[in-house]
Amino acid sequence: MCLTCGCGDAMDHEHGHEHGHEHGHEHGHEHGHEHGAGRLLRVEQDLLAGNARHATAVRQRLQRQRILGLNLVSSPGSGKTTLLTRTIERLNAAAQRCWVIEGDQQTSRDAERIKAAGAEAIQINTGKGCHLDAHGVGHALDALTLEAGGVLFIENVGNLVCPAMFDLGEAHKVVILSVTEGEDKPIKYPHMFAASGLMILNKIDLLPYVPFDVDACVAHAKRVNPRIDVIELSAHTGEGLDAWISWLNRERDALSALLGDEPPPPAV
Amino acid sequence: MHELSLAMSLVEIIEAEAARQDFHKVRSVLMEIGELSCVEVEAMRLAFEVAVRGTVAEAATLEIEITPGAARCPDCGHLAQISSHLSPCPQCGAMGLIACGGDQLRIKELEVD
Repeated sequence: MCLTCGCGDAMDHEHGHEHGHEHGHEHGHEHGHEHGAGRLLRVEQDLLAGNARHATAVRQRLQRQRILGLNLVSSPGSGKTTLLTRTIERLNAAAQRCWVIEGDQQTSRDAERIKAAGAEAIQINTGKGCHLDAHGVGHALDALTLEAGGVLFIENVGNLVCPAMFDLGEAHKVVILSVTEGEDKPIKYPHMFAASGLMILNKIDLLPYVPFDVDACVAHAKRVNPRIDVIELSAHTGEGLDAWISWLNRERDALSALLGDEPPPPAV
Repeated sequence: MHELSLAMSLVEIIEAEAARQDFHKVRSVLMEIGELSCVEVEAMRLAFEVAVRGTVAEAATLEIEITPGAARCPDCGHLAQISSHLSPCPQCGAMGLIACGGDQLRIKELEVD
């Protein structure tokens, strides 16, 4: 059972429940008063509070297991899945564990690619949904055999707008931008770049063939988010991957330094 | 169109309040949207219309209060009111302000029967 939501269900159930019954029932008595005469109730509730509760549960669970959770966001076609397959090869070679939660509207093609690269992966299909939410991620974690240490990659739906608002319980959002896109994406989609801790500039092997100004792009990103880190790489050729792997190691070490190396015994 | 899932969260909150505070009809909903939240007001209105169908809030009007964004200038330390992540510091003109408020998305008030 899901402890956060008490839904007693595994994946793929709907929380946005349907109302088959009619709520707009008629009242035999007269309501005749004008607008403004109703009872005023202070509610003061955050619309994202439900998601935030699930995100906190995910974050605590990952921290307990000393797992670095990263939420990978980008537009479609920036090379997230290729970056992941290369990263998995590198982490596997260093005997470091990682897991992948794949978010797409449809198909499990990406999860298959990840599994073929040698990592445990689970696919979440959002259907018409344009972003993952923390509730779905929580249930996806149930389906993975997590061990202490390692990195959890959550590959979000390819979309530079909607996923910006939804905390999935990650340590950082990592935004991936490829040089075949516009260098002004950070100022066109500022929310995503403002929410991310790292920007990866991918496909730099194509720089000789495209009019992409790296310095201008980095300046745009820093204007939106002065604290954002930047790594330039090509998942295809492997150039720059060392910097990315170092960043992962540094962040995982920082997590251990913050929480202590040894995870507590698992809760019964 | 994340506004739709937000509108559905809003309806869930309203339905929970209806059960808790015993009302059967919502006349109006007052929402607060921060200028730095990633929400399009018109899309929110449209999503609200869709999400309230068949609920206690079916006939409710949606009122939206916009709260300005807030950010600290890393250069001069000025606490500025901004309307976008791209706004420069109104005091010294520096770019790269660090946002520190105005991304809220709240339901504030309900008028109910």
